[in-house]
Amino acid sequence: MNALIPLVVAIPLLGAAITLALGRRRRQQIVVSVLSLTSVAVISSVLLFLVDRDGPGVVHVGGWDAPWGIVLVVDRLSAIMLLVSALMLLGVLIFAVGQGIADGDSDTPVSIFHPTYLVLAAGLFDAFVAGDLFNMYVGFEMLLSASYVLLTLGGTGARIRAGITYIVVSLMSSLLFLSAIALLYGATGTVTMALLAERIPDLPSDVQLILGLLLLLAFCVKAAVFPLSFWLPDSYPTAPAPVTAVFAGLLTKVGIYAIIRTQTLLFPDNQLTAPLMIAALLTLVIGILGALAQADIKRLLSFTLVSHIGYMVFGIAMGTQLGISATIFYVVHHITIQTTLFLCAGLIERVGGTTSLSRLGGLLKAAPFVAVLYFIGAMNLGGIPPFSGFLGKVALFQAGVELGDPLSYVLIAAGAATSLLTLYALARAWNMAFWRTKAQAEELESLDSMMEAPQDEGTVKTKTISPMMTGATTAMLVLTVALTVFAGPIFDLTARAAANIENPSTYIDAVFPDGAP
Amino acid sequence: MSASLVLVVVMAVMYAAGVYVMLERSLTRVLIGFLLVGNATNLLIFIMSGRPGSAPIVTGTASDEAMADPVPQVLMLTAIVINFGITALLLALIYRSWWLAQLGDEGDIVTDEHAEETTELTEETFRSSTEDEEAIQAALDASEHEDEAEGAQAP
Repeated sequence: MNALIPLVVAIPLLGAAITLALGRRRRQQIVVSVLSLTSVAVISSVLLFLVDRDGPGVVHVGGWDAPWGIVLVVDRLSAIMLLVSALMLLGVLIFAVGQGIADGDSDTPVSIFHPTYLVLAAGLFDAFVAGDLFNMYVGFEMLLSASYVLLTLGGTGARIRAGITYIVVSLMSSLLFLSAIALLYGATGTVTMALLAERIPDLPSDVQLILGLLLLLAFCVKAAVFPLSFWLPDSYPTAPAPVTAVFAGLLTKVGIYAIIRTQTLLFPDNQLTAPLMIAALLTLVIGILGALAQADIKRLLSFTLVSHIGYMVFGIAMGTQLGISATIFYVVHHITIQTTLFLCAGLIERVGGTTSLSRLGGLLKAAPFVAVLYFIGAMNLGGIPPFSGFLGKVALFQAGVELGDPLSYVLIAAGAATSLLTLYALARAWNMAFWRTKAQAEELESLDSMMEAPQDEGTVKTKTISPMMTGATTAMLVLTVALTVFAGPIFDLTARAAANIENPSTYIDAVFPDGAP
Repeated sequence: MSASLVLVVVMAVMYAAGVYVMLERSLTRVLIGFLLVGNATNLLIFIMSGRPGSAPIVTGTASDEAMADPVPQVLMLTAIVINFGITALLLALIYRSWWLAQLGDEGDIVTDEHAEETTELTEETFRSSTEDEEAIQAALDASEHEDEAEGAQAP
C-alpha cells in the first residue's frame, strides 16, 4: 500500500511535465491529463479501502526516518479528501475539454491550461498527504501558484484586476503560514506533525494559544472564513467556468482540511470553541445576506460558498467526535455540490450568453436539461430533504444539540435560517433565469435601465453546449445524489475518520511505530 | 535559545516596512512589500536556528552540539525558491496590467473581435484581389482580342 502514496503527487507532476512538453498537441495533452487524473482517482479509492481496513499508511521519503526526513501520511480523512478531489478534478477537466471542443480550436484554453491544472492537482494532493507542516506549505504554494495562473488565464483586464486581489491576499496568508511554521520550529525543534503533537502540550499554554491562532488565521484566509472572506466573491467569478468550479469546490476546502488537521492534532487543548463559533455564525449569516443581494449567478454562488464554510467551521468549533464526523461529511457534500453548481452556471452562461440575472430569461425552453440540473443542485445545496445537504446539516445540528452549549443552539438557529435563505436565493435565481419568459426579462431590464445607470454593455453571445459538458455535469450531479443514497455507509466512514482524529495516538503511532524520539 | 539581536531588529523593521509598502495602491510597491515581508520571514526562520556562529555540519569537524542546525537553512532555501518563482509571476502580471492600462484592449491583438475583423479583412483582401485579377485578365483578354482583331484588319 505504501508504494501507492507518493504516486498521488508524482503522477500529476509527471503528467504536468509531459503536457508541457506536448504544448501544441492538444489531443495528446487531453489524453495525458485525463489518464493521470483517472489513475489518481483509482489509486485514492484503493488507498481509502486499504486505510479503512489496515489503519494509516506512512511513507518515509528517501528512507529518512520521521523527524528528520519527509513523511507522507494517509489516514481516513486524507484518503476521503484525496478521492473526492480527484473525482472533482477529473469531472471538471472533462467539462473543460468539452468546452474546448464546443468552441473549436481558436477559443480553447491556451496550451498552458493542462500543465497548470495538473500542478494544481499535485499541490492539492500533496497538501492532503503531507505528514509535516512544511511539506503542507509546499503543497499549498504549488496549488496557489497554479491557481494564480489559472485565475488570470488569457490576461484580460478584468481577470488581472480580480487576480491581483486574490494573489496579494493569498501571498499574505502564505507568509503568515510560513512565519507560524518558523515559530513552531523555534518552540519545538521540529515540523513533523506527529512529533509536534507530542511536544506542543509541553509548551506554556499562552505560547500554544498564539501559535495555534497564527496557524488558524493563515488557514482561515484560505478557507474564506468571515471577516477574512472579502476577497473570494470578487476574484472567483471572473475566471473561466471550469476554473471557478475547481476553485470553489476545492481550494477553500484545503483550508478547512488544514484547520481540522492542525487544530485537532496539534492544538487539541486550545480553548477556541467560542471564538470559532462566533466566526462561524458571522460567516453563515453575512455570507448568505450577501448572496441575497446579488444579481449575477456566479457571484451569488460565490457568496453561498462563503456562507456554507460557516457550517464546517461550526463543526470544527464543536470539536466533538460527532461534530468532526458531520464536518467531514459536509465537506464531501459541499465540494461536490458547489463544483456542480458552478459548472451549471457555466452551462447557463453559454446558453443564455450571460450570468446576469437581470438579463437572463426563458431558459426553461431553451435548455430544459440545464434547468433540471441546476434545480436538483440548488435543492441539494439549499438542504431540501432527502438530499445530502439536508443530511449533513441535520448531522451538524445533532452534534450541536449533543454539545448543549447555548452558543451552539444559536448556531443551529442561524444554520437553519441560512439553509432557508440559500434555498430562497437559489430558487429566485432559478425563477429568473429559467421560469420567466424572455419577454418578461426584457421588460424588467428596460425598467432597470431607466432607474439606474446602464450596466455593462457587452453583447449577449450564446454558445453551443457540447454533450461532453452536460455529460460531465450530469455525472457530478449523479455523484451528489449518490452521496444521498449511500449516506449511511458514508456516515459510518466519516465517523471512523472522526474517531481517528479524536484519538491522535493512532496518527502518531503510525508515524513513530517505536515511540517518538 | 539565544539569537542575534541585530537580526531580530532587522527582521522587525523589514516586516513593518514590508506590510506598510504592501498597503499602497501601486502594484510595484506591493511587489516590493512582498519581497520585504518574504525575506523578513526567511530571516525569522534563520533566527530560529539558534545562536549564530556555530560550525557548519561537516562530519568530524566539531561535536554534535557545536554544529549549526541545518533544518532552518533547508526550509529557508525552499522558501527562497518559492518566493523567487512568485516574484517572477507577479512581475509578469504587473507588466501585463501596465500593458492593459497603457494600451487597453486596442493593444491586445488576441481579442475575439480583432480576430474576426482580421479574418474579414483578409477575406476582403482576397476577394478584392481575385476580382482585380479577374478584371485584369478580362482586360488583357479583351486587348488581345482587339490586337488580334487589329492584326486581322491591318494587312
